[in-house]
Amino acid sequence: MLKLLLSRLATAIPSIAGVIVVTFMLTRLLPGDPAAYFAGLAASPQAIAEVRTKLGLDKSLPEQFVGYIVDLAHGNLGNSLSTGQPVVAEIVNRLPASAELTLVALFLAVGIAIPLGVLAAVKQGTWIDHLCRIVTTAGVSLPVFFTGLLMAYVFYYLLQIAPAPTGRLDAFLSAPTDITGFYLIDSILTGNLETFRGALSQLALPAISMAIFSLAPLARMTRGSMLSVLNSDFVRTARASGLAPRTVVFTYAFRNAVLPVITTLGMVFSFLLGANVLVETVFAWPGIGLYAVNALLTSDYAPVQGFVLAMAVLYIALNLLIDLLYGLVDPRVRLDS
Amino acid sequence: MMPLLRHARYVLSENPVTGLAFGLFTLFLIAAIFGPLIAPYNPLQSDAVNTLKPPTWAHPFGTDQLGRDIFSRVLVAARLDLSIAFASVILAFLLGALSGVAAGYFGGWTDRIVGRLADTIMAFPLFVLAMGIVAALGNKVINIVIATAIINFPLYVRVARAEANVRRDAGFVEAARLSGNGEARVLLGHVLPNIMPIMMVQMSLTMGYAILNAAGLSFIGLGVRPPDAEWGIMVADGANFIQSGEWWVAFFPGVTLMLAVFCFNLLGDGLRDIIDPRQRT
Repeated sequence: MLKLLLSRLATAIPSIAGVIVVTFMLTRLLPGDPAAYFAGLAASPQAIAEVRTKLGLDKSLPEQFVGYIVDLAHGNLGNSLSTGQPVVAEIVNRLPASAELTLVALFLAVGIAIPLGVLAAVKQGTWIDHLCRIVTTAGVSLPVFFTGLLMAYVFYYLLQIAPAPTGRLDAFLSAPTDITGFYLIDSILTGNLETFRGALSQLALPAISMAIFSLAPLARMTRGSMLSVLNSDFVRTARASGLAPRTVVFTYAFRNAVLPVITTLGMVFSFLLGANVLVETVFAWPGIGLYAVNALLTSDYAPVQGFVLAMAVLYIALNLLIDLLYGLVDPRVRLDS
Repeated sequence: MMPLLRHARYVLSENPVTGLAFGLFTLFLIAAIFGPLIAPYNPLQSDAVNTLKPPTWAHPFGTDQLGRDIFSRVLVAARLDLSIAFASVILAFLLGALSGVAAGYFGGWTDRIVGRLADTIMAFPLFVLAMGIVAALGNKVINIVIATAIINFPLYVRVARAEANVRRDAGFVEAARLSGNGEARVLLGHVLPNIMPIMMVQMSLTMGYAILNAAGLSFIGLGVRPPDAEWGIMVADGANFIQSGEWWVAFFPGVTLMLAVFCFNLLGDGLRDIIDPRQRT
């Protein structure tokens, strides 16, 4: 197991190297003067020159790259222009809000998509199969920011059963003591049920909009892979041996069908992390996506670069996790490595 | 050509949804080409008296906060939205198909370099990378096109590489080589045309995603600048009025955007059924 872990970690190294080179290029190589960006719009030529020296932009590119790596190694992503705070601190502060939203959306998506896909495959051609097809085609076509707005209108304005789409918690409720940073978990740990209910009701709409967007590839893959496994010889043998349909479907077919679904999770995470930015904008969710968008609008580039790098590293880590999960589910992968 | 047409008719009759998608596509094309001519109002003309009016016969989609006719704006926006998507898909095709075909055909170092490039792009959550690219290149429409093309690049590379790899030792390629064609000529004149149908499918499958991506970028304020009409930015405008109940400002551009993406996704699936029946699901 340790060997597997190490070999998988090794495969992530080129990705991380690539990501670092690309984020470096995004700041330095492309047209436009980063010093002018970082100095702000109204800066005088002298101020720009000062910023250039301060940022080390008067050095050669290889030197700059080494400086960038050294900064990264020290966990330094620069400071935000508008708040003056170090980008790393802000990202770390806001990460739990984004992570809570994304994870709840992921669980919702998996919780709906997998049963739907399995049922659609088992009862092929019935209404549930058609429902699955509609969900998978419509799901990827829905712009996530539009679904979010539509739900806010219906559930907040028309039905008045959802709270105003602004932030993680109603202004009248106090945030729970910071233990994990996840409001849902912290409020239960501190036994504050009122806050839990408040946090859950704020979380519901954004999480559902993200889940709708990301469940389509999962449901489609589950259905497809279930169908091919159900048509395979070993399932026919299991059926012929008189095993209960339930045992055949869950113990035999599903365990094998789940492998390609796990692979699809990588794509789903890419979707979710992107959708996260849009959903946070719609619901004024105080996560890293909204932080990056606000920074973009004020031409504050250090947070944007930090955000892109943080998301990429997070995404690589998630893909690593998927790889390991794959190894746990499928013993053959473990033997191969 | 005849068998292909007959097959197309068979697929259409099997799956009427593709026909519907084709009809929608025609409508969008008409809007994109003739939009400014058939729009009942000037899409940029504000009207201080009629601001935020709900849909009526005079303004079927209502008016926005400046009194501009939303129907006209949605109609005119089709050209910008579809142009961005088309341009980025074509750019992604040019970059991705050429490097992918070369990677699959030559193998070795070409393959390794192209593969590494595609892998590096895939290491990012794609929308986030697009944001970073537009932020770095500058807040312009052309940069939305470039960013969308870059994030679609790996998909084209993957398909083109696999298809070219299968064909590198095929009979017709050997024949072309033996009749004295140079490698570049074999690649561009024989291998590439042979995989064009599959690349066309790929293009129509990524069109919907390209529209969605471009609209998402302009929703967060990148690329398209007001007062230009574009679906994403119109939804962003309308977002300010959702909490006070003026739903139509965001609703109509949003639904149009959704229909456009839906239409291209269905069209892509339909085209794939016609050209590449093995992939049918």
